[in-house]
Order: sequence, then C-alpha cells, then structure tokens
Amino acid sequence: MDESRRKFLMGAGRLLVLTGAASVAWDAIVEGQPEQAPNYNTIDHWWGMVIDIEKCIGCGQCVRACKEENGVLLDDEHFRTWVERYVVDMDDPDHPLVDAPNGGYDGFPDLPGMPENIKTFFVPKLCNHCVDSPCVQVCPVGATFDSPDGVVLVDKDRCLGCRYCVQACPYGCRYIDPRTNTVDKCTLCYHRITKGLTTACCEVCPTGARMLGDLKNPKDPIHEFLRTHKVQVLKPQMATGSKTYYNGLDGSVR
Amino acid sequence: MDAVQGYMYPNEVELQWSILIVLYPFITGLVAGAFILASLERVFNVHVVKPTYRLALLTALAFLIVAPLPLQLHLGHPERSLEMYFTPHTTSAMAMFGFVYLWYLMVVLVLEIWLDYRKDLVLAWRASRGVARWFYAVLCLGVDNISDEALRIDDKVGHTLTIIGIPSAFLLHGYVGFIFGSIKANPWWSTPLMPIVFLFSAMVSGIALVMLMYMAMSKLYRREIDVACVDKIAQYLFYAFIIDFTLEMIDLIHRVYESDESFRALDFMVHTRLFTSQIVLQIMVGTVVPLALLAVTQLFTIPSATRLRIYTVAGVLTLVGIFAMRWNVVIGGQLFSKSFLGYTTYKMQYVTREGLLPAIALLIAPFGILWLLVRLLPPWAPEPAAESGVVGKATV
Repeated sequence: MDESRRKFLMGAGRLLVLTGAASVAWDAIVEGQPEQAPNYNTIDHWWGMVIDIEKCIGCGQCVRACKEENGVLLDDEHFRTWVERYVVDMDDPDHPLVDAPNGGYDGFPDLPGMPENIKTFFVPKLCNHCVDSPCVQVCPVGATFDSPDGVVLVDKDRCLGCRYCVQACPYGCRYIDPRTNTVDKCTLCYHRITKGLTTACCEVCPTGARMLGDLKNPKDPIHEFLRTHKVQVLKPQMATGSKTYYNGLDGSVR
Repeated sequence: MDAVQGYMYPNEVELQWSILIVLYPFITGLVAGAFILASLERVFNVHVVKPTYRLALLTALAFLIVAPLPLQLHLGHPERSLEMYFTPHTTSAMAMFGFVYLWYLMVVLVLEIWLDYRKDLVLAWRASRGVARWFYAVLCLGVDNISDEALRIDDKVGHTLTIIGIPSAFLLHGYVGFIFGSIKANPWWSTPLMPIVFLFSAMVSGIALVMLMYMAMSKLYRREIDVACVDKIAQYLFYAFIIDFTLEMIDLIHRVYESDESFRALDFMVHTRLFTSQIVLQIMVGTVVPLALLAVTQLFTIPSATRLRIYTVAGVLTLVGIFAMRWNVVIGGQLFSKSFLGYTTYKMQYVTREGLLPAIALLIAPFGILWLLVRLLPPWAPEPAAESGVVGKATV
C-alpha cells in the first residue's frame, strides 16, 4: 500500500472512531502536551498518591511494572520507585534494619535468624511530587518543573545534568540516566494519567496498597481514604509539601 | 555492593559530585582570597604588601579563568550550560553562578588589572612594532592617553573598583558556600555558617597561595624577597586562619552539642570514612600544624631565612588543609545516606572526564595561565637593570 493511501485510510478510520474533539485531544496527547487537549484540563486535576503500608506485601510488582512501563535501567542503582523492607527490633527501635535488594524488583528473600521481638513491614517509595519541591527550586534552568496538575516533571531537552536536584531531593528519588546524561525520576506515569489511566505501579499492585488520587476531583475515593485514616508524609520536617501520603507509617521510617 | 555499609536509598549509591566539584570551591576560594589580599594594599593602605599587589591580581585572574572549567566538564550536557545565562531559573542558587562569575571576572578583575597596567601597556604599544604593536593597540583599546590627568582618573576608578571588588569577592565565595549551605536535605551541608566558613577559608587559601607564589616567583626571577612584606602577609594569614578555625569549631561544637537526628550518622562517618581527610589532613596537618608554625613566627624572634622556610611549610600545609576541607564538604556530604542508615564510598576514576587526571590538569592550568600573564604583564615595578618581559623592557 502506498504511503498516501495508507495515510488517508488511517485518517479516515480515526475520524470514524473518534469525534472531532477527541481527535484533537489525541494529537495533543501524542505530542506530549495534554494541556492542549480539550478533554484533559491540567488545572482540573491535582495528583497525589496514597500508600497503605498495611497492605504492601513486598512482591515487587510495582517496581517491575515501573521499570517496564518507563524504560528504567534494569540495574540495581536506578529506580523511579522501589520498596524497602524494615525490620524493627523492639528492644532497639531507633536502629531499624533496612534493606531493598535490587530495589525490591525481585521481591524479598526470607530473613532467617531474626529475634522474636521484631516487627517488619514494607515501604514503597517514589517521588513525592511535593508542592514546594526542593528539586524544582534548585534547578538552574527550570528543566525540573511543577505541572499545573501537581506533578513534578523533567524536561530532558533542557536538563544540564548538573545534578543539583539530585542533591536537593531529601528522599533519594532522583538519578542521572547514563543513557541521556539527564536527570530521571517518577513522572507519576504522566503519559498514562493524562489519558484517564492510573499509574503502572498502581495498576499492577495486587493488594491495592498504592492508590493514585486526584485531589481536585471531589468524587475521587482518595478524599474518603484521607478522611478516615491517619496518614503521614515522609520527613515532614523538610516541609516540602509532599503529596504521597502513607497510611500506617512507622516512626522508624526515613 | 561492597562499597555500601548499612542501607542507602538505591539511587544514592553512586556519588553525584566528583573530585571536579571539589576543585570548584577550592579554585574560586583561591581567587577570592587572592583578591582580598590585593585589596589590602589599595583600599586599606597596607603599603608593606605592595610587592604582591599585581601578582595577587594576576593569580586571581589565572584561577578565575579556570574556575568554571571543572563545572563545565562535570555537566551531563555542557553544550547547554549557556542556558543558565539565557533562561536562568530565579529561585535556583546555582543559576546565579554565571552572573556572579561574569561580574567578578569582567567588572572587577579584568577592569582593575587593565586600569592598573594601562600605562605599561601604552608604553609597550609605543615601543613595539609589527604584530606586537597591533596587539598592544588592541589591549589599550586604541587609547594612548597617559597624561597625569588620565592616570589620576585611572587610579581613582581603580580604587573605586577595588572597593566594589571586596564585597564582590565576598559575594563570589560566600555564594559558593550558599550553594551547599542551602540544601536542607543534606545535614552535612545545611548550615547558615557555610557561606561564612567558605569565605574565611577562601581568604586563608588565597593569602597562602599568593604568599607562596611571591616567594617562588622571586626565587625564579632571582629577585630579592621583601621579608617585611611576607611577614605582613603571614600575619594576615595567621589572623584569617584563627577566624576560620574558630568558625569551623563553632560549627563542630554546635553539631556535637545539639546532636540532632543526623548526628549519629555524621559522627560515625567522621570517625571512619572521613577520618584521614577530616581529622588528620584538614584539622591536624592542614590547620593545627600551620597555625602553630605561624604562631611561632609571631611569638619568637627567628632569623629571616628560617622564617621564610616556616612560612613556606605553613603555606603549603594550609593549601593541603583547605583542599581537604573542600573534599570533606563535597565528597563527605555524599558518603552518608539521607536515610542516616548507611554509607557509601567514593570510587575515584582516573583517566575519565571526571577523573583524577583532568582534575590534576585543571589544578596545573592556572599556573600555566599565570606564567603567560606574568610574561605579558610583569607584576613587579620595572628596575633599571631588570630584564623582566616585554612590558618591562618597554618601560626601561
């Protein structure tokens, strides 16, 4: 089939399937400018996430899905999301034993020989999409920015690779991607959530421990969850305005 | 992952800022310190240090030219670095570097050196021929007015520039300290004392460098060392060093006494991975020993030849100590996890873009530039019998 006929058929097919407005929206989304799309208004959304530690079983599905969905390097030093295992000895609660073998990608091996008097739990971590992000503040060229819908994003075509934002993030959520020499981090699957999908990690979580929430949507169940649970953010003393809320967060978690 | 002890967030295992970023505050510190020493003579009328005035300015310029190179080499996308000028992000401490740097380089140093050397350059222009004549004409910007009135204006403007230059030098290095001190995520860096500590350590290192350069240059060009001048510089080094050491100790005592959540991790780090560079090199070899040596020269009457040797040893140790201080700030600040639960190791590379070899090259480069500058613009007043370079000859 020659090029022009294929183009015509594809265009006609798309017109049939999509309405005119949706077609425009699709173009805008494909171009990576969802704010241009008539059916996704960035100012109508304010994204955050709830993580229910009580529900996390440390299976590592989220880590694998994230790496797969976002093309994250498959080594053990680059993660957009990872899972930590805390083992807190009740006789010495200030010194928890923490590990995250391969970021939890392969799940967690058993820990033999542990004393009786312990508690263990898993803590999934990701970019907290802070309202007052230190990383956005320090970027010398504005390559790291807040989207109007509350997601901290990186413009890889502007990033200098100076790594100042990596130093400024209190949560260790950023790294330099050696393939592009620019900074990389969780985008809250922006390419998915702007199409009405949830993030890859939330999609695959078998226990519903991770929940994406639109804080501007009054019908979003996140409001009910936040109202009925005692939640906490990581390192609240950093005053970053984190929008990743943890239910059941132990005081030993850093 | 043998390099990791305890728990690091996975993205933290690899260090972000290498030895090149250690060089950055070290080199800018030398610039700021050298300039402040130069301004002593001009603004505060400490005439005894006049023999080092021009040398200090040229040293500052040579190092300032090299100062942005480690940053440039470190960037993942050096070709985008000019974006910091074109589209600076106003809330970023780092975005201001370009402007602070340009202000200091062009408005303060180059202009001040140019005004100071203008008479010499005009005389060289008049005395030279061919290509050299064109070269000097360009350097003089085509103006050969060296009447008494013109030189008086030069001097007045130069004086004003030096006055502007002092806060600028403070700004330059205080600002470098702020880049680190304002990172609240990192307790090793985050202290309002950081810019002030950087400033005084800059003065210490710059004064030590100019003192050493003056003695070395005098030996090299077989000129007599003005002992009174070196005595005065050593005295200033001593005073600046006491203030610097006091500030660092205030910081240390404050941290120990306050013992906040990060203290245990940092204390462990200082006693293990940073022990050699912090306790041995920075505090003992690089601070206590040179301070003691300088104190001896202040308290006892010592023959001048011995005194000069003591100054040399103290000066070299001071530079080692300040370099170790920069190392401990930059590298030390990345050796512990922001979870305070673990430690990593800096694996220095050698023949790579951010390795030891480029770092050594960048440390040597300013001396090469200084050598050129000294040939072009001899820092000492011409003597009747002196054969000290092009301008010197021209002014004989």
